[in-house]
Amino acid sequence: MEKSNGSRILRIFIYVFCIFLAVLSIMPFWIMIVNATRSTTVIQQHAVSFLPSNYMMNNLKILLGKSFDPAVGFMNSMIISVGATACAVYFSTMTAYGLVVYNWKARQAFFTAIMAVMMIPAQITMIGFYQMVYKIHMTNHLSMLILPAIASPSMVFFMRQYMIPALSLEIIQSARIDGAGEYRIFNQIALPIMKPAIATQAIFSFVSSWNNLFTPLVLLTDKKKYTMPIMVSLLRGDIYKTEYGSVYLGLTLTVLTLIVVYFLLSKYIIAGVALGGVKG
Amino acid sequence: MKKKRSGYAKWGYIFCAPFLIAYLIFSLYPILYTVVLGFTDFKGMTTTTFHFLADPFQNFKAILSNNSFKSALGNTFLIWILNFIPQLGLALLLTAWFTSRRSKIRGQGAFKVLFYMPNIITAATVAILFYSLFGYPMGPVNDLFVRFGWSKEPINFLLSKNTARGIVAFIQFWMWYGYTMIILISAVLGISPEIFESAEVDGANQWQTFFKITLPNIKTIMLFTLVTSLIGGLQMFDIPKLFLLGGPDGATLTSSVFIYNQAFSGSYLYNRASAASMIMFLIICVLSGIMFFLLRDKDEVALRKEIKKREKEYRLAQKKGGAR
Repeated sequence: MEKSNGSRILRIFIYVFCIFLAVLSIMPFWIMIVNATRSTTVIQQHAVSFLPSNYMMNNLKILLGKSFDPAVGFMNSMIISVGATACAVYFSTMTAYGLVVYNWKARQAFFTAIMAVMMIPAQITMIGFYQMVYKIHMTNHLSMLILPAIASPSMVFFMRQYMIPALSLEIIQSARIDGAGEYRIFNQIALPIMKPAIATQAIFSFVSSWNNLFTPLVLLTDKKKYTMPIMVSLLRGDIYKTEYGSVYLGLTLTVLTLIVVYFLLSKYIIAGVALGGVKG
Repeated sequence: MKKKRSGYAKWGYIFCAPFLIAYLIFSLYPILYTVVLGFTDFKGMTTTTFHFLADPFQNFKAILSNNSFKSALGNTFLIWILNFIPQLGLALLLTAWFTSRRSKIRGQGAFKVLFYMPNIITAATVAILFYSLFGYPMGPVNDLFVRFGWSKEPINFLLSKNTARGIVAFIQFWMWYGYTMIILISAVLGISPEIFESAEVDGANQWQTFFKITLPNIKTIMLFTLVTSLIGGLQMFDIPKLFLLGGPDGATLTSSVFIYNQAFSGSYLYNRASAASMIMFLIICVLSGIMFFLLRDKDEVALRKEIKKREKEYRLAQKKGGAR
């Protein structure tokens, strides 16, 4: 009897603690969204309120009247993230296919090399990367943020792990007998089989590309090419220093899409995170 | 048969070619270029030529004796440790609760979704959001402090060096504990249930089960999170760069922000920045190596040694046999 009482108290404690953590996750964003609808003067009197107000359009006017341009940021981020994600998943699956299906001389060495470079952080190489791009006069080209995704070592690793049990070589053999070319077999047989893995990897690739600040900040100097995170960094500047309502609105605009997409796909995202850990 | 296989082998090269070409251009060349630049006099915004220095390690010496770099390195480690220890602790605690076979916790799916949420939000946005939250005199945090009577006057949190570092560490912790928890839970779920059942039969209590069975079995995954968190932590950029722009008084200046400032804001010291990048890379390599060594599976190492010894004996025996 005593024991069950103790475990009941523990259970209640666990729930209270987890709800506290959940509130901690939501609170900052809730304050942000509510304050986006309140006027700067009201925010200055009481910065925390749980009820939205009706000052959003005014905040928007002030926000757009200065350097912050969410439409341009959204478009550029979209182009880069979609392009980079498409390149990353397609070519990583292709590389994994080359590693799994064909028996070639340098195969093992190539895979070992991919494993070795997987941990090299991109930031370390940024000075050389910037200088190379600068030399060929491509600093403000979005393609320089898309094409490097063709070589994503950790994604190749993941795709290979997934492909080995999922893709049977007999199917490929019989497709060959039917006269299909190698490239067509990859596109029409291997890619559909890899769909679940591609979907998971696509979500994470998209999010990390969308959230990336460092590379765009180094490469992009033209305001028309700014991505969403660079637009966000403008909110930290002096021109918005006293416009609290507009800053909160700007922040909200940058994350609203992410939050909506996250809650729509959360089941797959959590499953994907869990899967990513097992690979290590 | 053999001919046919070599006929297909060329396709292996063709399918891997795009990756290889993109890697050579966008990764390998920049890496080598960065290494080379570290030994040159390459600086200035519009320079395109460079010369190797008479003393090849001049940039490295300059960086290593730079007080700003030293304190940036110190800040980076301090912030990482302040974030990682509570992060791993909380993630382990939640893992123990969520995977406990006795007290089945309901609503786990929703909790996971909410705990992981900050991780998916743009770090740049999070940094500026927290800057606003801790605003002085009337930011939301101060509003709460005054309203609940925790403090009579609004506090200017962001002026204190230690508070500023603490908040950066908290943001990192807040963004990453959910990720670590999900990975640890999936590792625990991967352990064969028979082990837990037999422990239960043997009368092990929950503490014993957790420390004697769960923890040793997820050691590899913990090493994985440790190494990835360390590599990520040593590159911490978005939050310290945008939260307090490295301040107050350089308290949240991390090595990545230092490298960025050296190369891209004002001074254009590409050679120094390259040297600093290489130093960071070496530190990452050495630390990862040490961690793998410390946390390697001792039984497995012993087993491998034994296998090698046997193989050697076998080969020796064969050689003898061949000579005979």
